[in-house]
Amino acid sequence: MSTIIDVRGVTKRFGGFYAVDECTLSIQKGSITGLIGPNGAGKTTLFNMVAGTHVPTSGQILLDGEDVTGLPAHELFNRGLLRTFQIAHEFSHMTVTENLMMVPEKQSGENLTSAWFQAGRVSREEAEVRRKAEEVMEFLKITHVKNELAGNLSGGQKKLLELGRTMMVDAKVVLLDEIAAGVNRTLLNDLVANIERLNSELGYTFFVIEHDMDMIARLCDPVIVMAAGTVMTQGHIEEIQKNEAVIEAYFGGSPTGNATIETDSTAAQEDQQ
Amino acid sequence: MNEIVFFINKGITSGLIIGSIYALGAIGVTLIFGILRFAHFAHGDMMTLGAFVTLILTAALASLGIVLPLPLAFIAMFPAMAITACLAIGLDRVFYKPLRQAGARPVVLVMASVGVTLMLQGLIRLFAGVRSRDMFIEAPKEIFRIPFPGASRPLIITEPQVLLIVFTFVAVIVLHWFLTRSRLGKAMRAVSDNPELARITGINTNHVVWATWIIGGALACAAGTLLSMDVTLKPDLSFNILLPIFAATIVGGIGQPYGAIAGGFLVGFSETLAVFNWAILLRPIKDHLWFEVPANLALVPTQYKLMVPFLILIIVLIYRPTGIFKGRVL
Repeated sequence: MSTIIDVRGVTKRFGGFYAVDECTLSIQKGSITGLIGPNGAGKTTLFNMVAGTHVPTSGQILLDGEDVTGLPAHELFNRGLLRTFQIAHEFSHMTVTENLMMVPEKQSGENLTSAWFQAGRVSREEAEVRRKAEEVMEFLKITHVKNELAGNLSGGQKKLLELGRTMMVDAKVVLLDEIAAGVNRTLLNDLVANIERLNSELGYTFFVIEHDMDMIARLCDPVIVMAAGTVMTQGHIEEIQKNEAVIEAYFGGSPTGNATIETDSTAAQEDQQ
Repeated sequence: MNEIVFFINKGITSGLIIGSIYALGAIGVTLIFGILRFAHFAHGDMMTLGAFVTLILTAALASLGIVLPLPLAFIAMFPAMAITACLAIGLDRVFYKPLRQAGARPVVLVMASVGVTLMLQGLIRLFAGVRSRDMFIEAPKEIFRIPFPGASRPLIITEPQVLLIVFTFVAVIVLHWFLTRSRLGKAMRAVSDNPELARITGINTNHVVWATWIIGGALACAAGTLLSMDVTLKPDLSFNILLPIFAATIVGGIGQPYGAIAGGFLVGFSETLAVFNWAILLRPIKDHLWFEVPANLALVPTQYKLMVPFLILIIVLIYRPTGIFKGRVL
């Protein structure tokens, strides 16, 4: 397997505080890699730097061998790196179909001149994009809400829409930011199933921040553990759950030494507070 | 029946006219707010600027001796709309864009637009003087007198008023089509709905901003021209209607083009109906009334006309705090 995202010695400093400190990790192409760690470990900061929201203070981030350090989010989007948001983003006053159809870049209809002078090309492209959107909705089984305003969708459906957005372009890597947060159990199963299908059928690479240990255990391999701004360890979830140092980091040391990371979602919810 | 004719002439027609002007202005203000997130105070002077561009073109056409079935000023308005749109993009380039790129807060942009207002007013006065001008250079404006059944007085409507109403109607339909059907219009709605997501999904923000200024500038020019065709062109003409336009924008729900249209007509009608002398309508039935009909029964004296939009604003915002149409996005 080859590496698709390579984070090399990345540091992010906010004033005197090192949120991420000399962090190095790599994500294999075609994997679903999880990122866990206690609050304040720097997961979100690292994630935001990979997604192009924050610029690293120092260090390098490579996407498919190319240096993408400090590129803004829409540039990364062009290169096939997409993210979803913990709190789903959507164009709430547009329908689900319209939402999906906004995604592909460089549509000539968005161009001031061609919008008027190349009407034929614009409408051909538009038909193409619409067909693609229909396919995506079919894949995600959300065709029944295609004419619904996105703002009226349930939390879980919005997350599906976020996934759908990544499918409108040929994404290489998708960063999932707490996709399980605020989604009911049934829809969560749908989400997991869809993520796995995207991974196995379309070869998407996923990089997942998640507090829900159940979700991590079901979905992710390998799992990377961060603590105090740097990578502590990585490996299969079962190894991680037995790792003394990880337990120490999560619970600040347990006197009996036999605590394990809870796979209960209540712990995850508490964690989010 | 003469009373009803009087009511239509002084109440309905006037309300429709001033409402159309407010609506055309408010659409621009609301679009600019929706996309660029600041209240554009220079909009009134963009209207005056547009009207002056039209005047110059009209004078040029008149001196060439061209005679057309429609008033020259109306014909000249269309190229003037294009020119004003370009000027609007130019103003954005020079004054607002650098501020946006420096990450200025909206209030800074508002202040900048107040500065642009003062600058435009000064420039217009510098080149055109302060006297009022007639937009009808080649021929006096036509006045239509339509006989009303059972009344000795006719309905009166002038040619520019007809043109204004027709133009507003067409502009609203075209705008609706543009925002709901065209790709660029949808991109505009997307940017106004969720700018962050729009940026990330790679919507071409530059083109969206240009489209906003083109629509705003062109409609401002049209509103300024048609207003000065209805009355006369003065340098402070549009500045005086800026406040009602803002009231209309807010009443309709800020960032909502349909709200702007509704707000424009609501403010326009309430203004004219508030100063309308209702005693005239009551006079024919005065024998059946239990009270003496006074000579003047306007709700507010004409001098206080400017107060009405704000009264409407307060009333609407008490019952619908986000405006008639829920505000903030297109």
